[in-house]
Amino acid sequence: LSSNRRYDLSASTFSPDGRVFQVEYAMKAVENSSTAIAVRCKDGVVFGVEKLVLSKLYEEGSNKRIFNVDKHVGMAVAGLLADARSLSEVAREEASNFRSNYGYQVPLKHLADRVAMYVHAYTLYSAVRPFGCSFILGSYDLDDGPQLYMVDPSGIAYGYWGCAIGKAKQAAKTEIEKLSMKDMTCREVVKEVAKIIYIVHDEVKDKAFELDLSWVGEVTNGRHELVPKDVREEAEKYAKVKICCGTFWCVRQFCGV
Amino acid sequence: MEHDAAVRGVSTGTTIMAVTFDGGVIIGSDSRATRGGEEVSSKTINKLVQVHQRIFCCMAGSLADAQAVLKTASFQLNLHSVQMEAPPRVIAAASLLRKLCYHNKDELQAGFITAGWDPQKGPQVYVVSLGGMLISQPFTIAGSGSTYIYGYTDAKYRPHMTREEGLQFVTNALALAMGRDNVSGGVAHLVVITEEGAEHVVIPGNKLPKFHDE
Repeated sequence: LSSNRRYDLSASTFSPDGRVFQVEYAMKAVENSSTAIAVRCKDGVVFGVEKLVLSKLYEEGSNKRIFNVDKHVGMAVAGLLADARSLSEVAREEASNFRSNYGYQVPLKHLADRVAMYVHAYTLYSAVRPFGCSFILGSYDLDDGPQLYMVDPSGIAYGYWGCAIGKAKQAAKTEIEKLSMKDMTCREVVKEVAKIIYIVHDEVKDKAFELDLSWVGEVTNGRHELVPKDVREEAEKYAKVKICCGTFWCVRQFCGV
Repeated sequence: MEHDAAVRGVSTGTTIMAVTFDGGVIIGSDSRATRGGEEVSSKTINKLVQVHQRIFCCMAGSLADAQAVLKTASFQLNLHSVQMEAPPRVIAAASLLRKLCYHNKDELQAGFITAGWDPQKGPQVYVVSLGGMLISQPFTIAGSGSTYIYGYTDAKYRPHMTREEGLQFVTNALALAMGRDNVSGGVAHLVVITEEGAEHVVIPGNKLPKFHDE
């Protein structure tokens, strides 16, 4: 679309049809990244990330895409990983300053709005580029219960019951919509999240992947942590069996269970 | 005269206290302001400052410093409350005061009792001391008059008092302090804060309980 060329060089320029192309291009960067999803349920929030392993030389567990922002807040990212890491530091400082100033842990809506404001600031000037990442924030505390917010490169934060970012977000959203998460517990949802990641993972285009799962809720006493090994193994087992739809190639790929 | 007062000690001529009871808190103070311990400059000032609908503070130390800090903290608390779209927590009010007292400890001589009710933790009492220490207590007393009532309050406080028992406790304590401390006196100001709101009770000097005063 060469018509964009005159209006897409800086974030400080609108196009005649009212778009800021730099922000849209930033969202494209997110769509090129592998999928991350999160589901808010009755008693917590579960995160799942499809972490593509680009080289066999990588140490297992490196390049984590799920961060701890505060004791009770987790953050899963998609897009340019370096941008995401820098934003996780911003989120950590916001949460920490809030705790220091007001004596209690930051409510997630406020944190999401603060980090979103920061992201938005980078969409206003030609001297900088927008952040090329989206991220999902989830938390659990006794006052507000489970909360889930997603921030995209335009600097908008919305609250969700379930959301997906990255290359397979459409397929993932379709699967998430099938869940009645308001009636499910974290232990049930973690298995479904694993299953969804396995479903949307493209075996042909992307080969090896690691599944990162984390949760925060009543089950963890309000602390955000990676799910324990036994829960993880059970979830992966459930995921592999579930998606084995019985077709020939599927049975070969996964049913070594 | 005022220099003497500053050098002599940092408690102002005052008695202030706060206590939790079942369902709320009561914060109370005397109403005397003195100049250097020699002249009563005001008989009926209200030392209980409302920082929000269900959060009150009382000041100790230099009144000028305390007022300046309270004004700043009130502003910050209000802004915080608007941003959170919810009534502020008592711990938030106390934390803001603490931050100001601690980071400006070289210039300030101000301490506070913060008491209030919020939906998350119910009734709470916090003390911010001169250097900026913040602690939560079931009840607390401060000011020059408080030295005379440590024994009484320690002996008579019980957890989970009713509102009436709480009122009696505070009234008696203030009366005893005002009876012995020459720079505390006047009327007793009490504010009862519960889920329903804040209620101001004033007990004039002649209606205060008497303890062998004849």
